[in-house]
Amino acid sequence: MATSSPVSAPPPRGARVWFGRLRNGDEVARLVTLAFACTILVVTVGLIFQLWATSALPRHKFGFGFLTSSQWNPVTGEFGALPFIYGTVVTSVLALLIAVPLGVGAAIFLAELAPPRISSTFTFFIELLAAVPSVIYGLLAFFALVPIMRDYVEPFLKRTLGFLGIFSGTIFGLGYLTAGVILAIMTLPFIISISREALLEVPTEQREAALALGATRWESTWQAVVPYARLGIFGSVFLGLARALGETMAVTMVIGNDPKVHESLFALGYSIAAIVANEFSEATTDLHVQSLVLLGLVLFLLTIVINALARLLIIATARRGSS
Amino acid sequence: MKKSSFWLGVLGALAILLMVAQAKVLINAAGATFPYPIYGKWFQEFGKIDADAQINYQSVGSGGGIRMFSEGTVDFGASDMPMTDEQIGKFKTKPFHFPTVLGGIVLTYNIPHVTQDMKFTPEALAGIYLGKITKWNDPELGKANAGVKLPDAEIVVAHRSDGSGTSFVFTDYLSKVSPEWKSKVGSSTSVQWPVGIGGKGNEGVTGIVKQTPNSIGYVELIYALQQKMPYGYLRNAAGTFLKADLESVTEAAAAAANSMPADFRVSITNQPGKKAYPIATFTYLLIPSKIDDAAKKKAITGFLHWMLTDGQKDAAGLGYAPLPKNVVTQEEKQIALIK
Amino acid sequence: MTLRNRWRKILSYMMLSLTGVCAVVAVATLFLILGYLVYNGWRSIDWNFFTQLSKPAGEAGGGMKNAIVGSFQIILLATAIGLPVGFLAGVYLAEFGGKTFAFLVRYMADLLNGVPSIVIGIFAYAVVVVPMHGNSAWAGGLALSLILIPITARSTEQFMTSVPQTLREGALALGASKWKTIATVVVPAAYRGIATGMILGVARIAGETAPLLFTSGNSDNMNGLNQPTASLPVMIFYRALSPYDDWHRQAWAAGMVLLLLVLFANIAARLILSRGIAVQK
Repeated sequence: MATSSPVSAPPPRGARVWFGRLRNGDEVARLVTLAFACTILVVTVGLIFQLWATSALPRHKFGFGFLTSSQWNPVTGEFGALPFIYGTVVTSVLALLIAVPLGVGAAIFLAELAPPRISSTFTFFIELLAAVPSVIYGLLAFFALVPIMRDYVEPFLKRTLGFLGIFSGTIFGLGYLTAGVILAIMTLPFIISISREALLEVPTEQREAALALGATRWESTWQAVVPYARLGIFGSVFLGLARALGETMAVTMVIGNDPKVHESLFALGYSIAAIVANEFSEATTDLHVQSLVLLGLVLFLLTIVINALARLLIIATARRGSS
Repeated sequence: MKKSSFWLGVLGALAILLMVAQAKVLINAAGATFPYPIYGKWFQEFGKIDADAQINYQSVGSGGGIRMFSEGTVDFGASDMPMTDEQIGKFKTKPFHFPTVLGGIVLTYNIPHVTQDMKFTPEALAGIYLGKITKWNDPELGKANAGVKLPDAEIVVAHRSDGSGTSFVFTDYLSKVSPEWKSKVGSSTSVQWPVGIGGKGNEGVTGIVKQTPNSIGYVELIYALQQKMPYGYLRNAAGTFLKADLESVTEAAAAAANSMPADFRVSITNQPGKKAYPIATFTYLLIPSKIDDAAKKKAITGFLHWMLTDGQKDAAGLGYAPLPKNVVTQEEKQIALIK
Repeated sequence: MTLRNRWRKILSYMMLSLTGVCAVVAVATLFLILGYLVYNGWRSIDWNFFTQLSKPAGEAGGGMKNAIVGSFQIILLATAIGLPVGFLAGVYLAEFGGKTFAFLVRYMADLLNGVPSIVIGIFAYAVVVVPMHGNSAWAGGLALSLILIPITARSTEQFMTSVPQTLREGALALGASKWKTIATVVVPAAYRGIATGMILGVARIAGETAPLLFTSGNSDNMNGLNQPTASLPVMIFYRALSPYDDWHRQAWAAGMVLLLLVLFANIAARLILSRGIAVQK
């Protein structure tokens, strides 16, 4: 029996209830959208579970030693993640070292100095850079950047700073440095975009107070505005870092594919994403395949941590800005 | 959004989704990059002869080919390296190896200003790939190349980053000529290379050498020929320096041809013949011994027959050597064994 | 003016112009990339590119018809799965969500969003390719849909929550049920923003390569959705790394086509958002 007016009668019980409520379009809508929202939960949990399950062999065989071993030998069945973690981290840090000064500088210009029209036009173009697919960056890096690095930049660094370990050794054109440079170009738009927003949130009183105290434009910007926005800027840096860590195609095409740890930035290396991209479809033994999956899991965990930090920092800035 | 344009869009999307090139029998294959130039040509030509069949080949490297074949992801595989007993053990019924052509692996190089052909001794090659010989003007290289002005430049070594039969054959050769290589690195489709840049496929290594000054890499002969890149003379077991060509590669298979094992799994590197090129290899198609789908079986066996007769004529033009006659006869007998 | 103040003023001008230089460099990079790509791609593009299938190495006249069709197929599959799921999940988050459950879903969506695309590829491989015993457009489509879902969900939620509550209340006051309100009032009000989010999401997955490498794989033919399917980004990757000049040309042409499509979608989406009003009031 259908229920009477939904407003006055007490909620009836039982399965009949549920079907009764189902007649109500709202409930259907709620359940349908709930189901789809659940798929996100299911998929994400399923993904983590799948990665965990398909990496059982190397986890049991190597344990935490997987993270510290530099051996990657499919013949003898010894696998270690260190060269890939190293390569991933080195190229990403390099990318940040280049992109952060450049990006924060550009963000300062766009937020503080540029007239609104120029600011929005420039921002528009810079955000388009973020839309360029990774494989296109790889294409450009492989054909255009590598010869430049090999024939001009790296020899120059070797001539001037060659006494440093990081700028010594054979010059290939490929390697950590080139990968770092292309990653820098790829992370630049994120850093600019988010830092600019963080800077725009800074209340004008900060600026004006500094200027009123006799600071120059630069001093007011650098010593009053930027520190106020620093959480958001750090957030952008972490976000850029998270992206750089997971970046696959551009790095695969220029890092040189050498699964070893090298001191020199000219040397060839490998990143987690690159070796999975190269070896996954061809790994012959189960241990090999699962070690690659384990590498993927390591990368995923790394990006989770960094992303979480990034969001905390960005939220912290927004809250501060509004208080 | 107008309703009509919405439905038009949906129809268009469906049309694209259903876009399929006509083929009654679709056969998937994957494997070695070594023979890809000739396989590509063969599959295309065979498609014209047997219009019903279409063979799709994914050039992923011997390692990938073996794996996809073991998993059943493809109908047959291709590999320069014959499958190991362990790999064969994964099958319910032992698959067949069908040698298709003979090829030679050459050492191609890119040394600016050096126009003469280089001569490489086994010791030099092992030294370079072990990372012990690091410069082009090393005395070991100078020994065989008197009269060539070799630069004082670091050697950029190129090898394969993927699971490669070509790597297997090359490391098999190095293991035979260098005890140090054998103990330190060994031979396989995927080894722990002491030095060098990893390239994907024969194409990748060729590309690296072509674009990088002072580099050296091992590739199948046709890749160096097509790119008009220089490749060196190698000293064989008999002490002669020779280049890979039809004659020297065929000569390398001479001994094996006379006493070919029933399953065709054999290594022909560093053979004793006077004119035998030291780094030569058969390349194989890995065919299941039992094909359930009748149409696929007809297409595959048809292809194998064609390959052993008409197909062999294409080999020389693409830098491969055709199979010795008694090997062909032995293979024809094996085709009949496919259930 | 004292020397120190003079110096402070000079420093100010210097540093501020430096920031201007940074901004110009950033924008210039975009144009350099675009220009280089168009320059190389334009020389390489011809009618064959769109009409011919890939030919074996060394044979001239090959094109990328299979990659273009393949990309469309994979993207269509991905959007058919990803957009509805993302959209409806976003609706749930915006309109129905209870506090903790919605927080959980949002957190998971962000997590999924942050998964490196190669790891998504590994998951799709395990879930589709292994059971199907082979590469297929379905696997590639699923992988890309996993990237699309969180993007769509979050942007849908964002634009729907920015619809003023007064609109909803007005509809409810007139006697509409909740779902009717959502369908006929809230969604149309936010549709510009939602559409923008969808376009940007699709543009993003159009360029993804890593998840396709071992899910949809590659092919020289068009054999239907159950078979390995070529796609533009994967083709670019393989062609670029080959030693054949003809294939390099094709990689440039494909790169140019892909980039222009992606940029066009992005520009269109942003113009919709900025020119029109994201949320009708």
